[in-house]
Amino acid sequence: MSVFNQSRSRVVQIIFLLIFVVILIQLINLQIFSSKYKLAAENNAIYRKIVYPDRGIIFDRKKKAMLENTISYDLVVTPIESKGTDTLSLCTLLNIDTVEYKRRMRDIVFKYTAVKPSVFEGLLSQELYAKLYENMYKFPGFNLTDRSVRTYPFNTGAQVLGYIAEVDTSFLRRHKDDGYEMGDYAGMNGLERTYEKVLMGERGIKRFIRDNRSRIQGAYENGMFDTSAVAGRNLYTSVDVEVQQLAEKLLANKIGSAVAINPKTGGIIAMVSSPNYNPNDLTGSARKKNLGRMLLDTARPMFNRAIKGQYPPGSTFKPLGAVIALDEGVITPNYGYPCYGYYSNCGVVVKCEHKNAGHSGSLRLALANSCNSYFSQVFRMAIDNPEYHNPTLGYLKWKDYMNKFGMGTTLDVDLPSENKASVPDTAVYNKAYGRNRWNSCTILTLGIGQDKMTATPIQLANMMCIIANKGYYYTPHFVDSIEHEQLDDTLYLAKYRKKHSVIHTSDTVFRAVHEGMHDVTVYGTASAIKVPGIEYCAKTGTAQNPHGKNHSLFVCFAPKDDPKIAVAVIVENAGFGATWAGPIGAFIMEKYLNDTIAADRLSEVERISKADLIPSAIKDWYVKKENQRQAKLIIEAEAAKAEMNSESKQNNIDEEDNSEKIPIGTEKNKEQLEMILPDNKNIKPVLPQNKKDSSKKKNTNTTTALLIDETKKWFVKKTKA
Amino acid sequence: MSTRNSFVSKGVDWTIVTLYAILVGIGILCIFMVEYRSGTNWLQLFLGGKTNYSKQLIFAGFCTLIATFILLADSKLFTAFANLTYAFGILLMLATFVIGKDIKGSRSWISLGGGFNLQPAELCKIFAALALAKYMSMQNLDFTKKRSQLIAVGIVLLPAILSRLQHETGLALVYLSFFIAMYREGLPAEILIIGISFGALVVATLTVDPNTLAITLTLIAAILIYILRRQIKRNSKLLMMIVATWAICVGIQRFAVPYIFNNVFECYQSQRIYSAVGKDYDCSQNKHNKSEIAAGAKASFKPDDYNVRQSKIAIGSGGFSGRGFLKGTQTRGKYVPEQHTDFIFTSLGEAFGFVGCAIFLLLYLFLLFRIVNIAERQRSTFSRVYAYSVASIIFFHITVNVCMTIGLFPIIGIALPLISYGGSSLLTFTVLIFILLRLDADRQMVLR
Repeated sequence: MSVFNQSRSRVVQIIFLLIFVVILIQLINLQIFSSKYKLAAENNAIYRKIVYPDRGIIFDRKKKAMLENTISYDLVVTPIESKGTDTLSLCTLLNIDTVEYKRRMRDIVFKYTAVKPSVFEGLLSQELYAKLYENMYKFPGFNLTDRSVRTYPFNTGAQVLGYIAEVDTSFLRRHKDDGYEMGDYAGMNGLERTYEKVLMGERGIKRFIRDNRSRIQGAYENGMFDTSAVAGRNLYTSVDVEVQQLAEKLLANKIGSAVAINPKTGGIIAMVSSPNYNPNDLTGSARKKNLGRMLLDTARPMFNRAIKGQYPPGSTFKPLGAVIALDEGVITPNYGYPCYGYYSNCGVVVKCEHKNAGHSGSLRLALANSCNSYFSQVFRMAIDNPEYHNPTLGYLKWKDYMNKFGMGTTLDVDLPSENKASVPDTAVYNKAYGRNRWNSCTILTLGIGQDKMTATPIQLANMMCIIANKGYYYTPHFVDSIEHEQLDDTLYLAKYRKKHSVIHTSDTVFRAVHEGMHDVTVYGTASAIKVPGIEYCAKTGTAQNPHGKNHSLFVCFAPKDDPKIAVAVIVENAGFGATWAGPIGAFIMEKYLNDTIAADRLSEVERISKADLIPSAIKDWYVKKENQRQAKLIIEAEAAKAEMNSESKQNNIDEEDNSEKIPIGTEKNKEQLEMILPDNKNIKPVLPQNKKDSSKKKNTNTTTALLIDETKKWFVKKTKA
Repeated sequence: MSTRNSFVSKGVDWTIVTLYAILVGIGILCIFMVEYRSGTNWLQLFLGGKTNYSKQLIFAGFCTLIATFILLADSKLFTAFANLTYAFGILLMLATFVIGKDIKGSRSWISLGGGFNLQPAELCKIFAALALAKYMSMQNLDFTKKRSQLIAVGIVLLPAILSRLQHETGLALVYLSFFIAMYREGLPAEILIIGISFGALVVATLTVDPNTLAITLTLIAAILIYILRRQIKRNSKLLMMIVATWAICVGIQRFAVPYIFNNVFECYQSQRIYSAVGKDYDCSQNKHNKSEIAAGAKASFKPDDYNVRQSKIAIGSGGFSGRGFLKGTQTRGKYVPEQHTDFIFTSLGEAFGFVGCAIFLLLYLFLLFRIVNIAERQRSTFSRVYAYSVASIIFFHITVNVCMTIGLFPIIGIALPLISYGGSSLLTFTVLIFILLRLDADRQMVLR
């Protein structure tokens, strides 16, 4: 029989062989042709711990640190290990309730999974840290990890420095290749944003092997692939912290902006936008709350007016108008225009402050007296320059000049989202008046810095630099040098080290302008404003604007013969240029040049600092916001009380009855209020009853019902509108 | 002593003994790889005897002892006691239903006291092999008769059915491997062909859309009828057969397979089978699951392919030449569940890559071919049948275990012979192999 079936032994062997071949094929498939398993294995088992380097420090021109790093602590939880935590005492310490605790845990598990350590409460205060540290043994699964955060020893330059914040998903999408991860902090604004790559340093990566429960088993390959963290590099800026502080102080309680530039280098000495905020507000545990409040604030403290605010330059434009006309050759410094108090050559009348004959007998005189007629005429001459035959071409030439001077273009300062303001294109006028149907008369007020022309404070300061330098400028910038400068940095900073020559007019042309601007400070509009021991040149401006009272503007540079600082100041809705903006500019120059403010002038600094020039509309908005907040607090308190009452009474009151008797504190009312509250944001703050409100402000705690009525009234008002 | 030794070693096939030793050695190294943690004093742990690899070494020592006893025994002993041990084994298996101990959800263990447990189904492999050999070697047996074939199948399937009743599906499946041995002895090839076709059909049912498969089957039947139209004209039975086969196939595909998956198998079993072909199984259709839900238990809908996925990752990450001894991250991170027992192959795959796996599998193949060679040189039917049974059992274990780790077969708990951690598994294979060696040593004798 064995002989009979002998052949089958071959069959059996072939079956064995076949199966092994199948196995080998699958092994080839898995081990040689599928790279995904290798990748999956790495993702599985290698835990990459990021070692954060210290961020770079930003120094001012005297090597004072404008910001520093300190350690802050985060409470971190690994949900899967947190069983057995004394939840109650943790909640008491953190001042949250257990519902909140559960909600956070759920969110963490949902967002970051239960096995990864995630931040439970970030940026703990010193006191809270100490308390938690003592009690950590009660909270298994919880850990305190340190994190480097910013502090600002001078409390200054918030908008310039920017802030760092946790990256969000959209940020991660935009910076896919830069190696950020959820939970990382990155510069979100200002210099922190622009120089993020320099400041962040290089993060080190330590690789660990972890097991199936994410427990670390040891270093991967004995740390062969680990990289060490390289600290962020420092930035050395041209900012003078003391000048910056003074400028911020002077602009307090006002809305406006000031920019001071060193014309010789283009380095920005101070940049203020008011209202301001304390940069330390955006570092601690109250960060979220403060950020939310500031983003909703109608006065927009986060908005850097120095590079984003668009203002009509008004008379501060006149020196530039003169330079353009001189360079085009349509006038000479000796050119005079007979002004009798108005300019009426175009049908419309442009008023002038002066009537006396000869106040615009030459460029110098006209500048000193800020003669509107003179500069209207000069502007017309430039536009109607016979060389170009056609006002459109003339205007294009003029616009070209303007752009060269940095007006209507972005200067490319090293802060994000600079606004280019506006020198209108011919298309704008073509659209408004029709092609070739406008001429120098139609756009006459451009000559005195009005019409559709706007400029940002930094553009005005830069314009002053060009005039002070007699024709050239360096692009305004903050960062002079970077620690251990590398090729990338040099390439980036190259644009700030390049001299831009705008025009090559003769020295005499600029001398005339300088003299005129100097005369402004001697007997002109700024004659009352002095800088002790310094001869300076300036031009005031009082710009009409559609939003209310005139803006107060002031541009200047000093010293007259060897300019070291050029300043532009704007105070919104503050009237004459010489009243508010002028003194502020003068103090900035004095501080920078003399290194101190003369003792007898200190009281003046205080006076200006305290002067409250915030438009009433904005103040009303604050008052109303405060009222709403109070009302909400009271309603919540009442609601809590009512809830307790109803619980104790075992709900024996009929619900409808309840809501009628106690109009507040029921769910219904709360919803209503919440419905009203966000709506209010859209209401124009100038409402007649707000006057009453502000008077009531002192005793807001009176009765809730009244306030409720008030909010209802607003609501009604809104629907009508 | 030396004369005694030479007597014992006379006629013993040293190739197999060497292969056996190499494989057990590899097994202990693999378990060491799984258990090893960097920074621990492994030597101390090893000598302490608390770790699995030192335990396995102790088992190996014990097995050597048993092997020596077997080699010292008289080979007539095995033929004499074959039927008796089989009856004893079946009795033990029946006893588990009464005195069985519940370990990992299966009541297939008998507690021996002192922390040792015995799994009769495991032992029964040896007994069934011996009993089958005994039956087949009966002098007056004509294996071409249906009756004797049925009895042989019965001998094999009885412990299989008992194992299945103890929820030890893996062990039950092992008994199917005896069909290879029976095939060698003259079981009609049709049974194997039908079995393989049935397997292919089931796999096709799982992977291919039901309607597409039905249409394909119908098309195949139609084409067959067209090709064989001449023969059909002559013999109408052929048509009937084709139609019947077609009907059975479609019936299996449409009704039988879904019925089995939804009603016979437990939810987790269906999931494992589906995940082996790369699909998710919806447990809500499962009868057992429904009754569980009705009983208030929480229904789980998570696809249960974690094991396969991790196992494939571990093997796949080995690449061509592997990550090196003790350097596998998946192994060190304990990502693969049951890595020291059923998934031991993954540690090998990760550490030594394709090259290591291929060499390792060739060792196995060599072992199998060697056993087949030994089988063919036997004079007695008993020894031959027994040898084929051993080869089949080992082959089946290797195939199922390795295929399971590389995602070609659903996960069932079957150990890798001589490699996987576990005393009873190692002992079973030792006994199987060394009885064979003893029989082979006496191959000149005719054993009945």
